[in-house]
Amino acid sequence: MNSAASRSGRWVDIANPTRFLDLAGRLLPWLAGLSTLALVAGLWMSFQAPDDYQQGSTVKIMFIHVPFAWLSMMCYTIMTLAALGTLVWRHPLADVSAKAAAPIGAVFTALALITGSLWGKPMWGTWWVWDARLTSVFVLFLMYLGIIALNRAMDDAAKAARATAIITLVGFINIPIIKFSVDWWNTLHQPASVLRAGGSTIDGSMLRPLLVMALGFTLLFFTLHVMAMRNEIWRRRITAMRRIAARGAERGRAE
Amino acid sequence: MMDSHTAFVAASYAAAALALAGLVGWIVLDQRIQKRAMRDLESRGVRRRSESKADKKS
Amino acid sequence: MMALFVRDVRLGLRAGGGALVAVLFFLAVIAIVPFAVGPDLKLLARIGGAMLWIGALLASLLGLDRLFQADRDDGSLDLLIMADRHLLPVTVLVKCLAHWFVSVLPLVLAAPLLGLFMNMEPKAIGATTLTLLVGTPAITFIGAVGAAVAVALPRGGLLVSIIILPLTIPVLIFGVSAAYGAMDASAAFLPPFLILAAITLFFAVLGPIASAAALRGSAD
Repeated sequence: MNSAASRSGRWVDIANPTRFLDLAGRLLPWLAGLSTLALVAGLWMSFQAPDDYQQGSTVKIMFIHVPFAWLSMMCYTIMTLAALGTLVWRHPLADVSAKAAAPIGAVFTALALITGSLWGKPMWGTWWVWDARLTSVFVLFLMYLGIIALNRAMDDAAKAARATAIITLVGFINIPIIKFSVDWWNTLHQPASVLRAGGSTIDGSMLRPLLVMALGFTLLFFTLHVMAMRNEIWRRRITAMRRIAARGAERGRAE
Repeated sequence: MMDSHTAFVAASYAAAALALAGLVGWIVLDQRIQKRAMRDLESRGVRRRSESKADKKS
Repeated sequence: MMALFVRDVRLGLRAGGGALVAVLFFLAVIAIVPFAVGPDLKLLARIGGAMLWIGALLASLLGLDRLFQADRDDGSLDLLIMADRHLLPVTVLVKCLAHWFVSVLPLVLAAPLLGLFMNMEPKAIGATTLTLLVGTPAITFIGAVGAAVAVALPRGGLLVSIIILPLTIPVLIFGVSAAYGAMDASAAFLPPFLILAAITLFFAVLGPIASAAALRGSAD
């Protein structure tokens, strides 16, 4: 939240990677501290929360499952914005942001699937249902992995950035279509055993820990994202510096 | 009934903790590698192009 | 544009092999199915449409990486990009159509024959072939994006398939449900079929634009 707000506010300022590094250095301790604080508080609150009369203690899985699912979508949205930044504005940081976000998003999506599966086993009696929502998240996970694989396969950073950005954008346009088609497909073969978990009404005693956990994980995501971006900038600088050093050594030998 | 469910709750929290710890560990390790490489290059007197313009060394 | 189409078709035919290999692959996939699920003719008839779709989907992915690769190797891709900067999406569209005509249309034509192997009724065979005819261009258009993105990679073929397959899920869903709609009285044929046609038209716009952008990026 924090870095997103300042990013849109002082867009031009942070375009300079050096400025970004300065800002990241100042911001990171706060982000890390706040996310630890929120996560600890959220954990404590979720253990204090009462069990659901229908779902028993498994409702506690919700407190981590829902934030993971929400972050898996938010991360893809950030990557799409970054892809637009790469293609339209050729923003130097957009590509770094997209590249850093992909593995983090993949981990969060995987966790959403794993925790959902662990929630489904006691509730539905099976690890996996081809439910519309599960299937969509699974497709999202596959897309994360494809994007990471594509980015890693290319040596030239600038070309990899463009290629990944295009695939990310096409994927983003496709997500509503996939969601719609999976919904359609699911109504065709509706499995009988699926129990619609819970209702739309969540009690306040459940909602509060959930919100705190969501906030904590969102802060954690931004902490990790900024750290990974900083790593990526450093990595590129080091590659550039090595190249200069090698060229200098060559010139020295020639003289 | 309740007891068998506790295992699932514990497993999901453990999986989340493990995966996130792995992610954090990976990023921190990466950061340490980059920082060390940076220090190494600087100690050998290699500068970035934007910096070496300011003070012409060699 | 017509000249480009004719040239691409002629090149594709002369290179030969490609289309034939894809059809053989399709045949092999369909031939394997009974060994996996058993020779129960009723079951085969029921899953036949779905199997034909999966086989055609996989087979049409086979030749995709050659969509731009050959042109890149002999340098004519750079000429195409330089020649008409603004019409590049149209050029890509024509290339996709030519590729579909040479390497995917044979698959559609082979589908009725393979449907017989699956013990499908004539009506079901006809419906499946029709959905393949309408749906496979969408796979080619989506695949063109992957092929354009991976054109600079030496071994991009497998990567293209991995990236493309999740994106083809809507095509598969509506293709198969339309095929089932024709077989089963309780399911509808027309709505999924029309949506399938809409998806194809949508990707006929999106695919060429995205792959043109990717090709420009790889050329710089």
